[in-house]
Amino acid sequence: MAASTRTLVRPGVLRTRKGKLVYWTALAVAVALFAVAFLVPLYWAATGAMKSSAELARNPPTYVPEHWHPENYAHAWREMDLTRYFLNTVLLAGGAWLIQLAVQVPAAYALSKLRPRFGNIVLGLMLVTLMMPATALLVPAYLTVVDVPLVNRNLINSPSAVWLPAAANAFNIYLLKNFFDRVPDELLDAARIDGAGPIGTMWRIVLPLSRPILAVVSILSVVAAWKDFLWPLLVLPDPARQPLSVFLQRVSQDTPLNSLVAGLVMASLPLIALFLVFQRQIIAGLGAGGLKG
Amino acid sequence: MAAAPALETSVAPPQPPASPAAVCRERRAARRRRAVREHLTAYGFLCAAVVVFALFSWWPIIRNVLLSFQNVNFATANTWAGTANFAKLFRDPLLVTAWRNTALFTAYALVLGFLVPFLTAVLLNEFRHARAYFRVLVYLPVMLPPVVVALMWKWFYDPGPGLLNEVLRTLHLPTSGWLDSSSTSLVSLVIVSTWANMGTATLIYLAALQTIPGELYEAAELDGANLWQRLRHVTIPQTRFVLLVLLLLQIVATMQVFTEPYVMTGGGPDDSTVTVMFLVYRYAFVYNDFGTASALSLLLLVVLAAFSALYLRATRGAKED
Repeated sequence: MAASTRTLVRPGVLRTRKGKLVYWTALAVAVALFAVAFLVPLYWAATGAMKSSAELARNPPTYVPEHWHPENYAHAWREMDLTRYFLNTVLLAGGAWLIQLAVQVPAAYALSKLRPRFGNIVLGLMLVTLMMPATALLVPAYLTVVDVPLVNRNLINSPSAVWLPAAANAFNIYLLKNFFDRVPDELLDAARIDGAGPIGTMWRIVLPLSRPILAVVSILSVVAAWKDFLWPLLVLPDPARQPLSVFLQRVSQDTPLNSLVAGLVMASLPLIALFLVFQRQIIAGLGAGGLKG
Repeated sequence: MAAAPALETSVAPPQPPASPAAVCRERRAARRRRAVREHLTAYGFLCAAVVVFALFSWWPIIRNVLLSFQNVNFATANTWAGTANFAKLFRDPLLVTAWRNTALFTAYALVLGFLVPFLTAVLLNEFRHARAYFRVLVYLPVMLPPVVVALMWKWFYDPGPGLLNEVLRTLHLPTSGWLDSSSTSLVSLVIVSTWANMGTATLIYLAALQTIPGELYEAAELDGANLWQRLRHVTIPQTRFVLLVLLLLQIVATMQVFTEPYVMTGGGPDDSTVTVMFLVYRYAFVYNDFGTASALSLLLLVVLAAFSALYLRATRGAKED
């Protein structure tokens, strides 16, 4: 708890009577402000979904529902057929996650430990794409998915239209490579002397040591896929295949407000749960962004 | 580039006695075979990544440039258009509007989205209590899907029964038309985007603040520096690098804004929230004019690449320190 590190405010000041008063006042104000800024909107949505349509339309609004309708959630789920859209989202996010690990882990391992000729050039070309924002390349990426070069396949309405571009993520490869670089070469040499091939070494030595970074990359990829909107909007025009974000936006105009808000809350719950469980890894992932140079 | 490491440490299999020269030759050939095999294995590990990058990243970058000068036609082959796409673009009065709105959005987002997280982080760094509470709350919106955030805030902004005007009325402050008025619509979008994204920057600043050695503050104090001077001459210089990097990353991110205007305002009212990406989307997927859309993307890419180059220089400069 009480970290003894010195910060901007002099520790001596905090021990005086006035200092303590200011500290606790500032703390209380900050706690209240954070609650208003970040908890109230979520409370408003979670309870708004439980109001009747008439109560929701009332002006001024009610802070606490006069009549609680928790069944609105079940009703909204059935009415909007959310099972389908949850499954679509899980399919897209899960597939993107698996294919990212399958593509990025071996690539990062090769760049870090096998170090083939021209490996640095490949890494450099990958890192350059970090400077090329994906959104701005929307048009050519879309045309590529419509007619994949060499194989001449049209991936529109196929989940692979979401999975494959997700695998081309230089940031994850960079994170993984950085971590693998810190695995001592002696461990790999020992495995090699014991007769393990490159795949065996990666699988049995490097991956078990890399659980923290694998967790970070997994969370990053699942969260990104769950949040994505514009790309699935373009490549999945078939309403039956769309993820939650595209679906909710599409029906937002002609769904009763309480059902829509219930849908918004339920679409967010998996990510909120993920965050509460994996807080540490998620916040570590921020630091892993290489911002320390 | 170095050959695969530690070839020398591998143990040769037991061999029958032979002439020294033959043994030498044999070993060299084996080593070469192994080096070739290891390189091939490495390329095997890399090939899937190279293929997806080539298809979905490298080729689109090149193709974006080509498409800018082409008429894109799905039925027949594309034809060269010269600079017709650009000419068409520059005749569109919305082009100036879109760039002005994007620049304004970026500028507002810097004032709000840059200052607010930094000041929040400086404040939070002083607290010895409730640290987990602050961290979890400020990051919570980052986990919400942007469409959920946009649709939720569209409802909060409702001038009638919306949450925001209700709060303002309770506080006896003047209410606002928010998204319905062309003078406040863009700022309203910036507020949403700051609310949703400030958690990332705040936590990164907080981590940077914690690396500042306490002795620096003590030394400044001995020199008679007051709180404000310590903030100016110790805190800000010590976090200069992180501040600069996030500033540039934020410029690049906010210049691509699309989801908020698409979901919340549809570009309106009176085109006050038409951004560059919004216009790209409209050209490509509403007007089916992929060539002009690519030309506009190219303009955006050039501007973003300039900021990215600054970012690269900043990070490289810091590494040399």
